[in-house]
Amino acid sequence: MSNTHQYDAIIVGGGHNGLVNGAYLAKAGLRTLILERRHLVGGAAITEELHPGFSFTTFSYGLSLIRPEIIQELELVRHGFMPLLMNSTFAPMENGDYLLLGQDRDANIREISRHSKADADAMDRYEFDISRVQQFIKPLFDSMPPDIFGSSPQDREDVAGLLAHLGKADKKVVHDAVRLITGSAADFLDDYFESDIVKGLIASSGIIGTKVGPMSQGSGLVLLFMSMGEHDGIMGSWSFHKGGNGGFTQVLARAAESYGAEIRLDAPVSHVMVSGGRATGVALTDGTEFTAPVVVSSLDPRRTFLQLVDPRELPTDLVENIERFRFQGTASKVNFALDGAPHFPALPGRTDQYQGFVNIGPSIEYLERAFDPAKYGWYSDKPYIDACIQSFIDPDMAPAGKHVMSCFVMYTPYELKGSDWDTERQNLGDTVQRHLDSYFPGFSDLVVHREVVTPLDIERVTGLSEGNIYAGEFLAPQMYFFRPAPGWSQYRTPIEGYYQCGSGTHPGGCVVGAPGRLASQQVLKDVRGPRS
Amino acid sequence: MIRTTPFHPRLAELSQTGLWGHWAGYLSAVRYDFSAKHEYFGVRNAAAFFDASPLYKYWIRGRDAERFLGGVMARDIRNCRPGRAQYTVWCDDAGYVLEDGVLFRHTADEFLLTSAEPNLSYFKSLIGSLQVEITDASEDYGILAVQGPRSRVIVEQLAPEIAALSYFGFTPAKIAGHPVTISRTGFSGDLGYEILVEAADALEVLDAVMAAGEGHGLRPFGEQALSMVRIEAGLPLIGVEFSSSRFAYNDEERVTATELGLGWLLKNIDDDTRPFIGRRAILRELAEKSSRWSTVGLMLDWKAYNDLYVNAGLIPHMDEIPVPWETMLYDDKGARAGYATSLMYSPQMQRYIAIARVKPELAKVGGVVHVEQTVNHEYLTVPAEIVRLPFFNPERKLA
Repeated sequence: MSNTHQYDAIIVGGGHNGLVNGAYLAKAGLRTLILERRHLVGGAAITEELHPGFSFTTFSYGLSLIRPEIIQELELVRHGFMPLLMNSTFAPMENGDYLLLGQDRDANIREISRHSKADADAMDRYEFDISRVQQFIKPLFDSMPPDIFGSSPQDREDVAGLLAHLGKADKKVVHDAVRLITGSAADFLDDYFESDIVKGLIASSGIIGTKVGPMSQGSGLVLLFMSMGEHDGIMGSWSFHKGGNGGFTQVLARAAESYGAEIRLDAPVSHVMVSGGRATGVALTDGTEFTAPVVVSSLDPRRTFLQLVDPRELPTDLVENIERFRFQGTASKVNFALDGAPHFPALPGRTDQYQGFVNIGPSIEYLERAFDPAKYGWYSDKPYIDACIQSFIDPDMAPAGKHVMSCFVMYTPYELKGSDWDTERQNLGDTVQRHLDSYFPGFSDLVVHREVVTPLDIERVTGLSEGNIYAGEFLAPQMYFFRPAPGWSQYRTPIEGYYQCGSGTHPGGCVVGAPGRLASQQVLKDVRGPRS
Repeated sequence: MIRTTPFHPRLAELSQTGLWGHWAGYLSAVRYDFSAKHEYFGVRNAAAFFDASPLYKYWIRGRDAERFLGGVMARDIRNCRPGRAQYTVWCDDAGYVLEDGVLFRHTADEFLLTSAEPNLSYFKSLIGSLQVEITDASEDYGILAVQGPRSRVIVEQLAPEIAALSYFGFTPAKIAGHPVTISRTGFSGDLGYEILVEAADALEVLDAVMAAGEGHGLRPFGEQALSMVRIEAGLPLIGVEFSSSRFAYNDEERVTATELGLGWLLKNIDDDTRPFIGRRAILRELAEKSSRWSTVGLMLDWKAYNDLYVNAGLIPHMDEIPVPWETMLYDDKGARAGYATSLMYSPQMQRYIAIARVKPELAKVGGVVHVEQTVNHEYLTVPAEIVRLPFFNPERKLA
C-alpha cells in the first residue's frame, strides 16, 4: 500500500524554477507540494561546505538574470535576499598585462585606453546600443511567448501584440537585435572594438554554457541573453548572493514555505500519473503517491516529456522535437579552497582585482581556439575560465585569510571521443590548475581542496541532461516560441493539468526564474478560468 | 587652510579616488573606493571603518555636571550610568531642536559629548552658578568607527573586554599599547564600535585595527556610504533632516524632537524635578498635539517607479547615493502631504526608501503618499507606503 496525499499542485524538482513556481502557486492559495530528489533544494544553485569552513558554489555561481519582479512579488528581501556588489572585473592577459574594470566609467575608459585609445569611446557606444536592444527585448523576455501556431482569438491577439511591438521599435535597434540573435559575437564586437583584451572579455559572455565559439553564429544570442540581467538596475551587471546561489535558493525556499508551500526533500519522482489524458499526481520511486490536478515539471524537456510521462501519450511531432533538442553540455566547474590569495605579478601585493569575476579569455582567438577541440570531442588544454574568488566578496565563504575560488571552465564537451569523464575528471582539474599557475605563479601551492565537476557530474547530481547548464542549448531554433518545441512554449503540455516550468522553457536557463513565474501565471489562469 | 584628521596620512594612502569633502574644517573622504556601494557592503556584510574625528568633543566635568546636562539636554541623563552613552538632543525655549549628539558618561561627574557643530560658548553661557567645567577636546582625539557584522570579531582581537559591551556601553581599553575608549555605538544601525583615541596614537591604533581586519573584508568607508547606512537605520542627520533652530529664519525651518521622530527621547519629561530648556514648550506640544509633522519611513512602489521610466522610454535608474534635496509628497487628491528629507535606492531593501515628514493625520503605517519625481522634464509621482523606521534593524545590532 502506498501513502496518498492530496494537493492542489505538485512541482517536480526543487531547483530555483521549481521553488519560484511553487512560491507563486502557494501565494495564490493553492495547496502546493514541491518534491526534491536530493537532500537540499536548489538544483544547480546550491552551496556546499565541501571542506571545513569553505563554502563551494558547486555549479551556478553568480546572480544577474533573476527577474526583479520575482524579488519583489515574492518579498524575497524579507527572507534574506542579499545580492552583494561585484566591484571589479579582472581580465589577465597572456603577456602578463591585464584589463581591470571597476565601477567608475571614466576610470574604466582610461584603463581601456591603455590597450586601445579607439576602444575608449567605443565602450560607451557599445553599451548604449546594447541597452537599447535590452529595452526592446525585455518585454518579450518577461512574458509568455505567443503561440504563432495557434488559432484561438487569444493567439491571434498575442501575435498581433508581438508585431505591434516590432513595429514600434527603432530600425537600428531591431537590426542590432537580429544581428545578435542570428550572428556571432565576434562580428558584432568587430564593429566597435579593436583590442583583443576588450573583445575577449566581452565575447566571453557570448560563449557561456553553449557549444559555440565566439566566431560561431549563435554566440551573439548568448551575448544578448547574458546582458539581459541586472543588479540594482544596472543592466548586464552581476552580483554574488550572500552565501552563494545556494544562499539564494534557501531564500526562495523560505519564501515558498512562508506562503504555505510544502517542500519534501529526498523525494525522487518516478513518474507523473496520467489518467484519460489528464495528470492526476505523481509517484515517487519508493511507490509513494501524491495526487493533484496540477503537476508542474521543473526538469529539463527530455525528462519532462520522455521520462516523467510516457512519450506514447504525446503527439509524435513533440516527441521528435524533444528527441532532437540539443543539450550537449560543454561547461565544467573546478572549484578550489585556497590557503591565501593568488599572486598576480603585475599587481604585486594587491587583491582589489579579485572583487568580482576573473576572466581568463584574453582574446576572441583564444576563446575560439579553446572551442576547437570541443568540435572533435575533446577538451581544451588552454580553457576559457570564468573565475571568482567569492570569499573576497562575501568573507563568510571561507575562514579569515583563506579563500574559495569558483572556476567555470569551457570547453569540455559532454561526449568525449576515446575516453570518458570518469577517466578524465582529475586530468581536467590538473589542466585548469596548471593553466591558473601560468597566470598566478604559485597558485597550486595555495590549493587545499579541489572539486572537479564535469558535464557528466552535472548530469548525475542535478539531473540536467548531458550536463547542459541551461536545460537545453541557447540556439535560435530552441528559443522563444520554439522553446522547448514549436507549439509548446506556453508552459502547458499535451497532457491536461501537466505543465513545464524549467529552464528548458522560455526565456531559458541561468538563475532567471522567469520560467517558474510565467508558468505559474499559466497554471493559475487555467485553474481559475479565463476571467480571473 | 583645511585640516586633516589624525588618521589622515593612512587614509590618504587608502583612497583610490582622491575624493575629499570638507567636514567641520577637516578633509573627510567622500568615498575611498570608486563605488560607495562597495563600502556600503563592507558595513552590511563584513566590516568597515569611518573616520569620525571631525566631530566636536567636549568634556563636561564637575560636581554639578549631571544637573547641568539635565537642564540642557532634552533626554534625561540621570538614568545613564557610568560606562554608558546616550544619544540626545538639545532644544531652544520654543522646543525646537538646536542640535543632537552623544553623551558618554565616564564617571558620576565626568561626561564627554560629541556633536556636529561647535557649542562651547553656548554651553558655557548656561553654567551659571553650577560647579561645571566644560573643555573643548575636539583636537585631542581621533574617533574611528568600526561598523558591520564582523566589527566585533575584529575589535575583540585587540580588546577582548568589548565582548561584554551592550549597545551604547563603553569601556576603557588598550590597543597597540595605547589607551582608548571603545563604545558600542555608531551611525550605521548595525553592529559596530567607535574607538576614541588620543590624536598622537591614532595612526598606530588604525594600523592595529586594519591588521586585525585582515581576512575579514574590512575596508574604509566615506560619507556617501555613511549616508546610505544611516538612512536605512532611520537616523536623522543635521543639515539634512534638520538644521539648528538658532539659525532658522522662520518656524518652517525648525522642527521639534517629536516632529523629528525623536519623541522616544522625551520619557518622563513631566517630572518636575528636571526643568530643561524647551520643556514647557514640549509639554505644551504634546498636550495640545500641535506637532506639525510626523517623521516616517517611505518605501516607494517598485513597479510604479519602474513603469514611470519604462513608459517614458527610459531605463529605470536605481541610485544608492541619497539625493541632496527635499522631495515633495502629495496625498491621494494631489494636495501637499509633506516632504522627504532623505531619498535613496537601498541595496538592502531593493527599493527606493525615504525618511520623510508627513502631516500627522497621514502618518499611518500602511498609508500611501505620492512622491514627486522628475521624468522627461515633467513632474510625476510614485506611490509610496508609509512604514516604521528604521528600515533595516538587524538582530546583531543589539545581540
